[in-house]
Amino acid sequence: MTISDFGYLSLLFGLISSFIVFFFSVLNIKKDLFNLEKKIYKFLTLQFFFVIISFFILLYSFLISDFSNETVYSNSHTTKPIFYKISGLWGNHEGSLLLWLLVLTSFILFFFFSSKNEPKNFRHYTVIFHQIIVIGFFIFVLKTSNPFDILFPIPSEGLGLNPILQDPALAIHPPILYVGYVGTSIIFASALAAMVTGYVNNLWAKNLKKWVLISWTFLTGGILLGSIWAYYELGWGGFWFWDPVENISLMPWLSLTALLHCISTLEKRDLLKNWSIILSIVTFMLSVTGTFLVRSGILNSVHTFANDPSRGIYILIFLFVIIFISLVIFFIFESKNIENKKEIFFLSKETSVLINNWFMIYFLSVVLIGTIYPIFLDVITSEKISVGPPFYNKLLIPFLVPFFLFMSVGPSMNWIKTNITYKRSYVFYFLFTTGATIITVYFLSQKNLLIIILIFSLVLLSIKTSANFLKKNTNHGQNLSHLGFAMLMLSILFNSVSSTEIIKNIKVGDSFISKNEKITFKKVKTEEKKNYSSVIGVFEIKNDNDRIIKLNPEIRVYNQPVIATSEAAIKTTLFKDRFMTINLIKDEQLFNVRYQNKPFMIWIWISTMIIIIGGTFAIFNKKKNFN
Amino acid sequence: MEVHLQFLTKKKILISFALLAFLIFCFVTLNKALNENKIYSPIFKNEQVIYLPDLNLPKLFSSDEILLGEVAKYKEFSLVNIWASWCVPCRDENDFLKSLENISSLQTIGINYKDKKKNSIKFLNDYGNPFKYNLVDYDGTASIKLGAYGVPETFLINKNRKILLKIIGPINNDHIKRIREITND
Repeated sequence: MTISDFGYLSLLFGLISSFIVFFFSVLNIKKDLFNLEKKIYKFLTLQFFFVIISFFILLYSFLISDFSNETVYSNSHTTKPIFYKISGLWGNHEGSLLLWLLVLTSFILFFFFSSKNEPKNFRHYTVIFHQIIVIGFFIFVLKTSNPFDILFPIPSEGLGLNPILQDPALAIHPPILYVGYVGTSIIFASALAAMVTGYVNNLWAKNLKKWVLISWTFLTGGILLGSIWAYYELGWGGFWFWDPVENISLMPWLSLTALLHCISTLEKRDLLKNWSIILSIVTFMLSVTGTFLVRSGILNSVHTFANDPSRGIYILIFLFVIIFISLVIFFIFESKNIENKKEIFFLSKETSVLINNWFMIYFLSVVLIGTIYPIFLDVITSEKISVGPPFYNKLLIPFLVPFFLFMSVGPSMNWIKTNITYKRSYVFYFLFTTGATIITVYFLSQKNLLIIILIFSLVLLSIKTSANFLKKNTNHGQNLSHLGFAMLMLSILFNSVSSTEIIKNIKVGDSFISKNEKITFKKVKTEEKKNYSSVIGVFEIKNDNDRIIKLNPEIRVYNQPVIATSEAAIKTTLFKDRFMTINLIKDEQLFNVRYQNKPFMIWIWISTMIIIIGGTFAIFNKKKNFN
Repeated sequence: MEVHLQFLTKKKILISFALLAFLIFCFVTLNKALNENKIYSPIFKNEQVIYLPDLNLPKLFSSDEILLGEVAKYKEFSLVNIWASWCVPCRDENDFLKSLENISSLQTIGINYKDKKKNSIKFLNDYGNPFKYNLVDYDGTASIKLGAYGVPETFLINKNRKILLKIIGPINNDHIKRIREITND
């Protein structure tokens, strides 16, 4: 028996434990035997323990470069730095599913442990529904994507990890993203359980909110890391391409954001019960749909991973079984949770939450249609289309203005009823926003009316949100996230309207002018590294004030597998990024140089970080309230 | 468990059926999409004949459009090459394409993929223009219809747009030999 066999066996035992947990949970609901609770607890721990063992076995195989394991052979190489040997584990289909299982099993254990003061039947139903997902994924891994397949004869060298995946941001991107994705499975199971046990009330909402916050925060982080990777590594100078793979991480994010707002209403006012349930179910469905679209190879995208139809069909069936189960449960038990017939006053926080939800659902539908429509159209009419940025810009941007305006007043509404009285501060807000907008528009020399209106609404949003910090009894987590969001939208707007780009073919010694800067191509260096060799261009940029900035774009030729990648040289300053890539031209004398000025790039990352800090703050803030 | 059958109202039954029908539709479509082969290869199953779709494409050096099928009729064989100025392998490929100029029965058609006009013309000036006809696919939709999934990609077709050879990635010496064999040069 090799070590890989142990890994496989361990997964098999994990699956058996899942069945036992499922069985015990069902028994425990029927009979009132308290001692089963301990057994469920034990087997949940055991299930997690088995998964972690196989995870470590695979990790060990990657670390010692055990090429008798097919996953290691296809995705690793002896000359790879140790950091990427580790990240190589989840840089492929099989390993990433093992990571998914690890997070899945650890979360349900954590849920069971942390929900001791909640109703017994609710907890057991959550475990039952969650185990259905766990079992589904166990079988998926064991049947179609076993990470412990053995190769014989043992190859002496591996194929290596795709060099564009050898990047620090991308190395930690999957674990962070998966915590976000998998967190939605707990939300889903808990929503179904609450439905069945008639526990959809403010207590449930209060407890679920931390899970929503955890998933939301991690999902935001995962998306941020993915964007950072696309910007620094892909070398196209952009951070969001409306690529299907990006869209499918945005969709659960949008529905989670809607749920986050909706669940507060349920917590505080005991309203929107069914809607909360639907959002919980939809969020998880979108996560699984994402897995399906990425893992099945149904999409033709820059980062499609696997191309095995049998995997796709398995996830597709799994997805539809889960949708079917949740629909049936929803229809049977919907009447058990009677919606409060409270009137919603139109000037209230309830209304603003509803407005937020309508916008989120609209954005979600646009992204969903843009992602799915080409697939359906292809099958039904065999017409092939590609949906790109123009589609999203046209459909999303006009709706952003009212969205920002509502967002700037929404959080200052009160629950139940808000009385609007004239205040002097309103005039101040209006004048200040107008002034700031005029100054901004002047500096950007913008004449486009839509952009001017967007700037106005965003400035208003930023000011109103900042003012909320000064209030008493205010939710700082929410304020931070909202402010971060306003800053993010402003940065993206500035970035997209005032980026510049120059493409030139030049020799060593040549120089060219971009706006008020003179760019000189000084020389070419070559370097040998452990897993690649590189050609480095040395550029000097001189601006009006005679300040010299050096840029060293690189062309890397990796040895395993042999792939040339272009490493962008990026100089980040507070207000703009200078972005340069070079490419070789056949006669070796000339280099193709692409030089871009990208204003406010770093603010896109910083403001997303602020959103994440806001989410983290809210998670810990809530915990304080529990005690 | 106390589940009564009260939940079966008329409205609910209707919604359930509508949802169920919709789900079945989605499932069938997605399942079909999964099993469909998106990249058609020249190794045709059962002697299957595949034709390159006929499309109207704008010309690079003028503003009018032309039908691909129209251009294909001018000579016995056409080599349709999808390229872009930002595509590095397209540069290496350029010499190979030029070497095909002496085949009398063959004409080359270049389709410029998702590119800026300025850059693409500069590319042709810098490396030489190997194409008899230069057409443009600004947004990449034409290439998808043609069944290409990236640049560079090349189709060898006959007068009737029947696909004789499909090359994914840059052209190499072996491909050149194959093209010469097919065109009897």
